[in-house]
Amino acid sequence: MFAARGVSKRFGAVRALDAVDLDLSAGEVVALVGDNGAGKSTLIKVISGAVTADEGQLERDGVPVQINNPHQARSLGISTVYQDLALCENLNVIGNLFLGSERRRWSLLRKIEMERSARTLLSSLDVRIQDIAVPVAMLSGGQRQSVAIARALVGEPWLVILDEPTAALGVEQTAQVLDLIRRLRDRGLAVLVISHNLADVRAVSDRTVVLRLGRNAGEFRTAETSPEAIVAAITGAAA
Amino acid sequence: MTTLTKAIRWPGRTTDGPARPGGVGSWPVVGGLVVIAIVFGSLNEQFLSAENLSNLALQLAATGTISLGIIMVLLLGEIDLSAGSVSGLCAAVLAIVHVRHGQSALLAVVVALALGAVIGLVHGLMFTQLRMPSFVVTLAGLIGWQGLLLYVLGRGGTINLPFDGAIAKLSDTWLPPWASWLIVVLIVGAVATSAVLNRRWRRRADLPLPALSRTVLRVAGLAVLLGAAVLVLSADRGVPLLLVIFGTLVVALDLVLRNTVFGQWIYAIGGNAEAARRAGIPVTRLRIVAFVLASTLAAFGGLLAASRLAAVNQSSGGSDTLLMAIAAAVIGGVSLFGGRGRPYAALLGILVIQSITNGMLLLNVDSSIRFMVTAVVLAAAVAIDSLSRRGSEQ
Ligand SMILES: Nc1ncnc2c1ncn2[C@@H]1O[C@H](COP(=O)(O)OP(=O)(O)O)[C@@H](O)[C@H]1O
Ligand SMILES: [Mg+2]
Repeated sequence: MFAARGVSKRFGAVRALDAVDLDLSAGEVVALVGDNGAGKSTLIKVISGAVTADEGQLERDGVPVQINNPHQARSLGISTVYQDLALCENLNVIGNLFLGSERRRWSLLRKIEMERSARTLLSSLDVRIQDIAVPVAMLSGGQRQSVAIARALVGEPWLVILDEPTAALGVEQTAQVLDLIRRLRDRGLAVLVISHNLADVRAVSDRTVVLRLGRNAGEFRTAETSPEAIVAAITGAAA
Repeated sequence: MTTLTKAIRWPGRTTDGPARPGGVGSWPVVGGLVVIAIVFGSLNEQFLSAENLSNLALQLAATGTISLGIIMVLLLGEIDLSAGSVSGLCAAVLAIVHVRHGQSALLAVVVALALGAVIGLVHGLMFTQLRMPSFVVTLAGLIGWQGLLLYVLGRGGTINLPFDGAIAKLSDTWLPPWASWLIVVLIVGAVATSAVLNRRWRRRADLPLPALSRTVLRVAGLAVLLGAAVLVLSADRGVPLLLVIFGTLVVALDLVLRNTVFGQWIYAIGGNAEAARRAGIPVTRLRIVAFVLASTLAAFGGLLAASRLAAVNQSSGGSDTLLMAIAAAVIGGVSLFGGRGRPYAALLGILVIQSITNGMLLLNVDSSIRFMVTAVVLAAAVAIDSLSRRGSEQ
């Protein structure tokens, strides 16, 4: 269980987050939706340590935790895939998977060990890349997104946060990435996905959390809710 | 569709490096060298003679070493325009300490290299702390360090190094055949051993093996290449020590870049500095280290040049040294956009440039034509770099 309680964040005069609550649990995909400027990115930045909240608290299994920087988030088992993926296009898949956390003995790279773990990880996620030794620049958009997601798993996290993972993808590659997200859930991870695309949200999430103008504006079991109800919560038409 | 073409272009390869270049690799350069050998060899029988090739080997080392330093900075996607001036200045300081102050050659070398390192540190700090673009920092260096060179040389403007001193001897030492062959055997042996070990470890780890024929071909090709070089050079005075020093630097730097965390991080920063930073890589520190290495290698190149000339003068490290060094790196396949290329580029690129220069000198071609030809080769190399970058970005 991970929870955000009454989280608020101001940027000058803008209330980006206003007493927002969020609950995440293992084996569940939560979709975070809302209009532009609703505060989605700010909320995940608070959870991943990129931004510190002004008020409110974060809890892990009911125990309050401090997350003041990305490093602390990672050591709490929280891993984030940002929208820009942050891949090094010139490095191969293995290099990107272990970027910054290369397996090493003294200062020497343990290439064989890394390649082995990379292959195991990718095949356990059913990610298909013909040749993991080519630079990531040679891969398709869906494959890159998959590499970025797989990288989030290298530190064996408990929670994976994905910011707009399908925004830049075509139909077929979107389906691949959604499959991958389901596999994360099947591994027992907690998953938080930001998406603009309600079709994707319906396809992959168990629960949908709506933000509007920095506040909680509804929470639905995705399968039992009509898209119209979610749209209404996003636009505020229901209120 | 795109995945299909990729599968065809990259048939089930296995990995051996952290950064397989997305570009065309070194094949155009090797092809270029063959063309150069054929063209100049048929125009002038002197060109492929043992004596001329020995001279060529001697000419490579100084600028090649400077180029090696520039590669460190290019890999980060930055540039070092000061390398020529730094090489001249450090050589001058070497000569002053050694000749004017009568200190030992060793101390003089240490002082010169330390000065190079300090200069690199200054560049690195200006780049990372003052956030100045690297090309401005090192452009200031280009002018400033040359000014300092003229200042420290003073009125005389030339300092001669003793001909029989250790420094001049560096470029007048030739390996006896047995030593050359021993080195060849050791290198080929090491490469073959590492290939065998790599195959064994990969098999043990259940990883796909590279094609055996490929491995054998690579080792055999290396043996033939090195053997031929030793045969040719031994027909003249022998393998020059200078070439051995330069070659050692190239190989050492390549091993470090491909096999250490440091090297992996240099490539990562060159590929995407922001991603590297977010992944916890100490970007600022590595950038400073790269500038320090670049200037230290420039200082060492200046030392080699001074050794060959047995003197340091006002034009040391000046004129076209810098452009040759940058051109060599780019021609050899190091990308100006950062993150791609290997230290071998310095060796291949400087070979191309020096052979063209050397060949045209033999043919008595006017220097006007020489400049233009070198420019065309450089432009072609940069064009290939840009195109292959665009190609790999899809
Ligand atoms: N670093 C920042 N500085 C100032 N205002 C910000 C900053 N980040 C976000 N905001 C503001 O906070 C509000 C919420 O933004 P954001 O969390 O990015 O929304 P979303 O991701 O849902 O589109 C917006 O009004 C935005 O302009
Ligand atoms: Mg956003």
